[in-house]
Amino acid sequence: MKTATTKKSFLLTAVMTVALVYYLLPLVWLVINSTKSQGDLFSTPGLAFGNSFDLFANIDRLFAYEGGIYGSWLANTLLYAAAGALGSAILCSLGGYALAHFAFPGKKAAFAIIVGAVMVPGSVLALPIFLLCSQVGITNTALAVILPSLANPFALYLMAIFAAQSVPPELLEAARMDGAGELRIFFSIALRLIAPGLVTVTLFQITAAWNNYFLPLIVLNDSGLFPLGVGLAQLNARATQNDSALNAAGLYPTVLVGSLIAIIPLVLAFLLLQRFWRSGLAAGAVKL
Amino acid sequence: MHREKRRRAKLTGWWFFGPFALVFIATVIVPLAYALGLSGFQDKFIGGLQFTGLGNYVKVLTDPALVAGLGRVILFMAIQVPIILLLALLTSIAIDSGKLHFSGLFRIGIFIPYAIPTVVAALMWGYLYGDQFGLVGQFFTGLGLPAPDLLSKDLAIPSMANISIWQFTGYNMLIFYAGLQSIPRELYEAAAIDGAGEFRKAWSIKLPALMPSVLLALFFSVIGGIQLFTEPSILQVLAPTTISNDYTPALYMYNLAVKSGQFEYAAAVAVFMGLVTIAGVLIVQIVLARRSRKALA
Repeated sequence: MKTATTKKSFLLTAVMTVALVYYLLPLVWLVINSTKSQGDLFSTPGLAFGNSFDLFANIDRLFAYEGGIYGSWLANTLLYAAAGALGSAILCSLGGYALAHFAFPGKKAAFAIIVGAVMVPGSVLALPIFLLCSQVGITNTALAVILPSLANPFALYLMAIFAAQSVPPELLEAARMDGAGELRIFFSIALRLIAPGLVTVTLFQITAAWNNYFLPLIVLNDSGLFPLGVGLAQLNARATQNDSALNAAGLYPTVLVGSLIAIIPLVLAFLLLQRFWRSGLAAGAVKL
Repeated sequence: MHREKRRRAKLTGWWFFGPFALVFIATVIVPLAYALGLSGFQDKFIGGLQFTGLGNYVKVLTDPALVAGLGRVILFMAIQVPIILLLALLTSIAIDSGKLHFSGLFRIGIFIPYAIPTVVAALMWGYLYGDQFGLVGQFFTGLGLPAPDLLSKDLAIPSMANISIWQFTGYNMLIFYAGLQSIPRELYEAAAIDGAGEFRKAWSIKLPALMPSVLLALFFSVIGGIQLFTEPSILQVLAPTTISNDYTPALYMYNLAVKSGQFEYAAAVAVFMGLVTIAGVLIVQIVLARRSRKALA
């Protein structure tokens, strides 16, 4: 009863507000500066709006840049994220369910290898994946980006924990007694119970795909196939080159507004799906 | 017949686990084995690919560029890891305490940077640091002081650590917060009756309860820290003289493979990075496990 009515502290709130400013300031800066022309960017204070409001002009120029390549980057990112998330949701829910509720030969070894693989950094795998892709002839294709993102050992581990916690074995036994097949039991009983965990894993996979930089950078040549991260990095490199012949109006506002648009989908997803991923985070962390 | 049925039941698990296993073998095990195999060869000018056994690893261990890069990455982690953990602990305890006005706002506001891709985070902070239209420069000029060059040789690593701190505090904060929420409230009441203050409660109840989450956060910080790549590769454009092509082991590996086509040596660097990561994680585990055992005794 005492905890429910804990007295609020003004001092603590003030101190935390300072922290909050640190975490939000760069984003506020990005929003403000996406509305400026290149001239205003250099001549007006960073946290004030410029002389002209150029947000829409900047957006127009961003989407007109090199025949609308930014639109392709956005579409590519959506494709890589959706395919990766869907694929790994299928693989990890099946695999996690198996680890949690079946005894099968080699299970212990498989689990040990999976846990060990969590430690292998992604960039260590990127180089041999690139070389193997070039032997199979799939470098510079969407497949080379999507395939390596499917079997995420940590996502499988999380799903195994969810499946163990949320699917009661008695329920599965009862369904088996009633003569239901294993696939039917999975789809009509287990899948529903592990659905909240699946949302968490899916969201993390989408975040990983959105963040993916090293692998696409190494396996893709054609800038029309780039995801947002690689595309923005390239655009930024050009803006900084200071090549006035390249673009008389300057490329900086394009980079800024491109960054702003790139972060909106994920920020929205996290805000709207809070209820799901927060509980998921808890289960994964407390268990380890 | 009964035995046949039981054998089949034993194999049912593989039907569910098989799809993951297949893709995992193709995209993790095979590439690792390939890198390991490739690292045993050298591409000689005369004679082409030749088996050299551990030759590349001898080169790796004595390569000054790689040693320097590893040093930078270790410095990066030494700055970033303790600060992230400390900030995440303090903010999660503050939010869990129930003494904050608008605690939901703080929870989501501090977490939001996690949803920002590292490329964009590095771009933004690069601009904020920069002397062209950066906030840092404007702040110091406004005070009539010379602006520090945050991407100079001495400050570039702390500046990159700051980007990482900004991005990942919130994620760890939420994990810790979830851990704190799972502590039964009666424990605090019992402690209060025994005369424990806030600090004592944090030290003796909250911190031990958070140990598994801290361990998890440390794991991922070590794994993420060693492969430091995106930040230097983005900031390189702004500070080409500070950030060389061998600035971190991952950047070095990338340039060895893509710019100079030394795939075999790059593979050896990759395997070496993997081994360093595993060593780092094991050290964390051993040190922390011993600490927490001591704390319990």
